[in-house]
Amino acid sequence: MTQDTLAPPAPTTGSPLLRVADAIADRRSAAMGSFRSRFGRLPTPARYVPAAILLIVLVLLPVWDKNLRSSTGSGIPVIGTPNTSFSGVLFLVGAFALCAIGLNVVVGFAGLLDLGYVGFYAVGAYTVSVFGSPSSDLATAYPWLICVPIGIAIAMVAGVILGGPTLRLRGDYLAIVTLGFGEIVRLAAVNTSWLGNRSGISNIPKPPGEKADGSKLFGVVDITPFYWLILAFIIVILVLISNLERSRVGRAWLAIREDEDAAELMGVPTFRFKLWAFAIGAAVGGISGGIFASRQGFINPDTFDVLTSILFLAAVVIGGSGNKFGVILGAVIVVYVPERLRGFDESLFGAWFVVLIVALLVALISQRKKLLSSTARAIATIVGGLLGFVVAVSVGTQLHSIVTDVGTDNPTRLLVGALVLVAIAGIVLTRLIGLASGDGPKAVALFLGAFVTVLLGAIAPYVFDEIGDGVQALRYFAFGIALIVMSVFRPQGLLPNRRRATELADRKKEVAAGVNA
Amino acid sequence: MSTPENAPETNGVVPDAPPPAVDESVDLPEPEAHVSVGEKLLEMRDVTLRFGGVTALNGVDFAINRGEILGLIGPNGAGKTTCFNVMTGVYQPTDGEVWFDGKKLGRRKKYQITRLGIARTFQNIRLFPEMSALENVMVGADARHKTSVPGAVFRLSPRHFREEKDGRDRAMELLQFVGIADQAHSSARNLPYGYQRRLEIARALATEPTLLCLDEPAAGFNPAEKAELMDLIRAIRDQGYTVLLIEHDMRLVMGVTDRIVVLEFGKKIAEGTPAEVRDNPAVIAAYLGVPEEEPTDVA
Repeated sequence: MTQDTLAPPAPTTGSPLLRVADAIADRRSAAMGSFRSRFGRLPTPARYVPAAILLIVLVLLPVWDKNLRSSTGSGIPVIGTPNTSFSGVLFLVGAFALCAIGLNVVVGFAGLLDLGYVGFYAVGAYTVSVFGSPSSDLATAYPWLICVPIGIAIAMVAGVILGGPTLRLRGDYLAIVTLGFGEIVRLAAVNTSWLGNRSGISNIPKPPGEKADGSKLFGVVDITPFYWLILAFIIVILVLISNLERSRVGRAWLAIREDEDAAELMGVPTFRFKLWAFAIGAAVGGISGGIFASRQGFINPDTFDVLTSILFLAAVVIGGSGNKFGVILGAVIVVYVPERLRGFDESLFGAWFVVLIVALLVALISQRKKLLSSTARAIATIVGGLLGFVVAVSVGTQLHSIVTDVGTDNPTRLLVGALVLVAIAGIVLTRLIGLASGDGPKAVALFLGAFVTVLLGAIAPYVFDEIGDGVQALRYFAFGIALIVMSVFRPQGLLPNRRRATELADRKKEVAAGVNA
Repeated sequence: MSTPENAPETNGVVPDAPPPAVDESVDLPEPEAHVSVGEKLLEMRDVTLRFGGVTALNGVDFAINRGEILGLIGPNGAGKTTCFNVMTGVYQPTDGEVWFDGKKLGRRKKYQITRLGIARTFQNIRLFPEMSALENVMVGADARHKTSVPGAVFRLSPRHFREEKDGRDRAMELLQFVGIADQAHSSARNLPYGYQRRLEIARALATEPTLLCLDEPAAGFNPAEKAELMDLIRAIRDQGYTVLLIEHDMRLVMGVTDRIVVLEFGKKIAEGTPAEVRDNPAVIAAYLGVPEEEPTDVA
């Protein structure tokens, strides 16, 4: 379906303010529309090429890393994770991405705020563990291939059990009840002996399969097969969810999100479809939890706390609620970045929060200033931010080794301080250039601005070693701030759903019109 | 969404779109129960509705005949929209019964009543703003569809594809019928005000109702648009639908309806042809007397 959100041009009556708002919105939607329609006009196979390339890269990432590690001793430069297993990190990103996709059905499509999604993740994990582990109370240990479908089914049932009585509630009330559900699941695990109490369950089965040499394919050391497994699940689930999205079910979900009462009066059995959203979200969470459990081989209730729920939600909100690819990006941000920074130094745990917040601020400030079409701005910010991150990590690593070699010498600090000042000057300069010029140079300015700010943000923790203590505690505090900032400035997420983006643009116009009237 | 009386456009993009022409060459699907014109289709039997101490409807008793256009009028707060809400299952009557097509509505859910054949529009436009016009109408058409998650998720069920195609075709037809097919792919919130009103009618028609309830469809329209709307309502009736119309504009009501029911303070005070109602002293008193503000009309 070709979407043309461009409305006929508005007659320029009204105040200059309204006209400016109109012009901005038109330019913005024109830029977005032209990219989308140009892409949409490509022949179908051509449209799959970028996705195929991306997929091949994703599949080969851990292999490349492993080869590099065996030949040069370190993994993929910059994006590799020197101090943790790269494939393990990729797997965890996948598990979170799967959860974000499932939660997106509930939050993004049907508009139901679910704060206890970790409950379904836990149900999936615990079901696979109880049914599959020889050390659980169950007499027979079932193989993995049987455990996972059981896990999906029981997670779905849990979704229906939770949804049945609670989906009559709306908005905040639903959020509170679901928050309770997540805790109930965890506390039930803590207090139930056949769920292993606090110590959890071990000997969780792994998927079947052998390598050519007869050793197990899904082992403990090499996580790559698990990563491929979860990647395969993500692709299958994405296809299935897209099928739902482009069907009567997807329309019903959107209608419920937009106006539940009107939807019901137009013949949508709202309760039934909300329950379906819950059940499907729960099933996807169950799959993710089940695979996570078998990869770990051991689970306990600590893994399934409320904060994990909030991280899932953060992935959905930051990535762009309602856009299934956006939420995957959100999962990458939530999981990969802290893992990338793990291990050099305690203080580095905090670095990515600085990165995150600074990158967000750059994106948001540029959004506020309405400097560019949203596509150009997003590309400039993302590319600039990524490059900044890449350089910051390598430079920061070098700096850190200098600091540790020399000791925490004042000269080094001074050097770094000078660098920081240069960076700040760079930002100011680029902003000035940006403000003084047309669209093209503005893109460059934004790119440089994002680059430099993120560079600064990533280096800062290397410099200020004192941040080290208590950074763990800051983790979620920073998340809270990030979420608040997001909700204020860019509620549609970094990679928003097309509709949400136009909604925001229209709101601005309405505000402008309101001022006029 | 505001209901502007004389300010037709604040949020859309085109303030004064030319009133779209009704394309009457498009044949709508026949309503299902299209038997004999004139028999009672919907009956309000002594319906009373109380909210705590407030009586919103007090023994309201009238019937809508098949194939007619019935006007429901009354001063502000008379209970017109409340009547709609009782008919469409939003409220359960405290007393009395609503019968539709030989069946008592009873405790049926809102969506079940819609599937039974009552569709409505809203006094304050309530479209699905972020969905396209076409998708809005398709949601209505989905009321007659059965595909659910199992049929859609694996794309295996032929019914899914049949219904998608059917829904899309019907939605396009209806958009053409109400005259806004050119904006099929614009999101509803970007449509001009008049288009949004028409889109609501198209969405309601898509549920294949026997009875179409229009709640002040001409609010905020200029005279030319009102005339267009009268044509549209007549065209809908001529396709075999029964229409219930709430409207404040007396010229429109007198010009388009076959019969009129007048409510005041939740009670029926008159019923009859437009000419009869116009000369009814109780109606004249209700409209020309000092109307009291009554806080019971829940829009």
